[in-house]
Amino acid sequence: MHRVVLPETGTMDVWRDAARRLASHDVPPSEIEWVVGEADQGLFDAQPLPAGEGRALKVPRAFLDLADRAILHRDPASPGLLYQALMRLQDQPHLLADEADPLVRKLEVLRKSVRRDIHKMRAFVRFRELPGDGLRRRFAAWFEPEHRIVEANAGFFCRRFADMDWAIHTPDLSALWQDGALSFAPGAPRPDLPDDAAEALWATYFANIFNPARIKLDSMRQHMPRKYWKNMPETAQIPAMLAGAEARVDGMRAAAATVAPTRAAAITDGYRAAMPQAPQVIETLDDARAGCQLCTRCDLCRNATQAVFGEGLPDARLMIVGEQPGDQEDLAGRPFVGRAGQVLDGAMQAAGIDRGRTWITNAVKHFKFTPRGKRRLHQTPNGDEVQACKWWLGLERGFVQPQLTVALGGTAALALTGRKDAMIRRRGRMEETAEGPVLISWHPSYILRLPDAGAAKAARAELIEDLRLARSVVAG
Amino acid sequence: MKPDLARKLAILSDAAKYDASCASSGTERRDSRKGGLGSTEGSGICHAYTPDGRCISLLKILMTNFCIFDCAYCVNRVSSNVERARFSVEEVVSLTLEFYRRNYIEGLFLSSGIIRSPDHTMADMVRIAKTLREEHGFKGYIHLKTIPDASPELIDEAGLYADRLSINIELPQDESIRALAPEKRPETIRTAMARVRGAREASRETSHTGKRPARFAPAGQSTQMIVGADGASDATILNTSARLYASYGLKRVYYSAFSPIPDSSAMLPLVKPPLIREHRLYQADWLMRFYGFEAEEIASATPDGMLDLGVDPKLGWALAHREDFPVDVNRASREQLLRVPGFGTKTVDRILSARRHRTLEWDDLVRIGASMTKARPFVSLPGWSPGGLTDADNLRARFAPPPQQLSLF
Repeated sequence: MHRVVLPETGTMDVWRDAARRLASHDVPPSEIEWVVGEADQGLFDAQPLPAGEGRALKVPRAFLDLADRAILHRDPASPGLLYQALMRLQDQPHLLADEADPLVRKLEVLRKSVRRDIHKMRAFVRFRELPGDGLRRRFAAWFEPEHRIVEANAGFFCRRFADMDWAIHTPDLSALWQDGALSFAPGAPRPDLPDDAAEALWATYFANIFNPARIKLDSMRQHMPRKYWKNMPETAQIPAMLAGAEARVDGMRAAAATVAPTRAAAITDGYRAAMPQAPQVIETLDDARAGCQLCTRCDLCRNATQAVFGEGLPDARLMIVGEQPGDQEDLAGRPFVGRAGQVLDGAMQAAGIDRGRTWITNAVKHFKFTPRGKRRLHQTPNGDEVQACKWWLGLERGFVQPQLTVALGGTAALALTGRKDAMIRRRGRMEETAEGPVLISWHPSYILRLPDAGAAKAARAELIEDLRLARSVVAG
Repeated sequence: MKPDLARKLAILSDAAKYDASCASSGTERRDSRKGGLGSTEGSGICHAYTPDGRCISLLKILMTNFCIFDCAYCVNRVSSNVERARFSVEEVVSLTLEFYRRNYIEGLFLSSGIIRSPDHTMADMVRIAKTLREEHGFKGYIHLKTIPDASPELIDEAGLYADRLSINIELPQDESIRALAPEKRPETIRTAMARVRGAREASRETSHTGKRPARFAPAGQSTQMIVGADGASDATILNTSARLYASYGLKRVYYSAFSPIPDSSAMLPLVKPPLIREHRLYQADWLMRFYGFEAEEIASATPDGMLDLGVDPKLGWALAHREDFPVDVNRASREQLLRVPGFGTKTVDRILSARRHRTLEWDDLVRIGASMTKARPFVSLPGWSPGGLTDADNLRARFAPPPQQLSLF
């Protein structure tokens, strides 16, 4: 029988050295007794560890992470279980991936319990300020962890409270941080810490942030188990908070609505009067833009971020109309600024058209989409939506009075000509309408969607060709 | 400390409690080893829990509860007669730091009523965050409730100091916002969210010179909507959430059951807060974010668009789609396993990992952490087949709590 005594601090390193030595000589788990903390003799005289390194051992990184936490568990079986896993890993390198294995599951449960204890210590330690006249403020706390986690957890408090001196005392071990240096001292009984005025304010906060209309005691107890309460000053108020809760809520319900303070109406009237209003009469392009921002003519306004009105030269000779704003346009509030906009910009440049000398807009002013996880999928607007939005497009055409309007894609063509025919027969042609001539071309998004590179290239060339034609028409 | 500070703290924390969020997770890693105070290490920490079951992670306070807006659901509306108070910049800074040093909190969640103007209020809030960061080297967590009508430049500045920004959508339907919060505009709220998304994306792009731009709200943005103050169905609420997640990259949508407030408005009668409904909405939200469910699927399990209060939404969906079950645990895809009631995401990961090494049986699944009482009718594995159980008429009744017995009159 081998006996290994593990210290309260540095447990993992000692376990690892001993386990490596024993396993390398294939000592079976049943022949090892693991003891933490106490150094007194066991029932038998223990054999010394085997001398020298035996065979080489291999473990995955994940095992070291698991052992690093599970070894801190107070269950006296945990060093032995880890040793069993170490032995089995030599034949089954993927053992840890199988959580249906009873040993792996047991170790995972140990690790989870230690992790939770570490987390709860970070949450529930309460410092009190100690008197002092040095440059650094001094704080101390008393805490009772479930497992041997103080050493492993001290780093968190060093990283967080670097600029003050602090001590966390526990029954087994004290962590001390002084002038930027960490040390440990043996455990001690609960120290008598001086009162701290901040605790009264904290209690005030705790009592007032609580909503008496929604009592969920199970949830509170699940996350803040009672065993921690005695070292948390705020919990003393819980009985009184609960006792008064029902009466407070009944009081709110019973109270009749009060008369608003006299100043209230004047304040809200003033604010509301200054809010943007839809213009009564639309006399300019700017009126139309302002009215469009508040448009509720169809339901698309509920889903989109904002209306995207046209932009450019208010008396442009060339007007370009797309389908609707896309994801980027919806966020930015400007037409053709996303990927399709880049295609259009490129084509306009190739055709010798200055974007700033045109009026660029869309047939539909709000983005229609369907949400898919973190993305928005474009949806084609339906006839009613196009119809509702023709009001704004008509105003734009009326104020800008372009010599020629280019319709990019089927939706723009529908809005501008009222006809839905197949694009393949209409592309590249002029169509006369009561409001002026319309030239029909591909929408840049259509070019982006074409799966065949050759077809996309051809369509892009046709868009450029159409824009050249448009340029020659308005230049003439 | 001065007694009037305690009074202000009481008023301004009481007024802040209707914001559900207290999260302090998901931000960048920082610590104070090179100066200053505080740290953030990725996972949030809840420092205490109140009897309402909500955690206290942050000092959640209003800068002031004076407000020029008149939102019917809000205790701080201009027409309410609640006691008013206002913190100075120094008071908020000092409370945050002193609470932090005693390990009461992870940081500050600052919200405010609107005083004078949205810009004026937002500028004061930004000043508090800036003072904490720049004068005191505060490395803890800061969440700023953004005022949507404030100028975009102030939102941009807020993102430099805050870990998280949030803008409340308030209510699930535009019409309700216009009716109950007449000074707020849904399109302005959405535009502010779009601004935050844009600034966050820009902050993550390295410019062509290789310079990294300043960080911007590294813990992202969130929002909150009140449940039960208007007539919106759960389907409407979930569709609104799905749209917000897709449009603005929100980290979270919080649902807040409309709960009685002191000095309530005559427009909104006080009801018992629909806590179970709120809970079901959170579960449904979880299904959308981590289980691959679409909003329509979840709500389509019931004809009226309301979630079944008796069973959780995943079980509700499975009960309405029995033709998809039982699922063969040893062969099913990840997507199929995620739809099994009683299997969480971690359970599914463990199943996928473990079944490479063995054929999983009942006891294996119990060890892995599956809730087999729930999963029973929906899975098949060696030694277990649900037989007629999957299609049993009384299957829902086996899960739903028994109806409360009527008492004799």
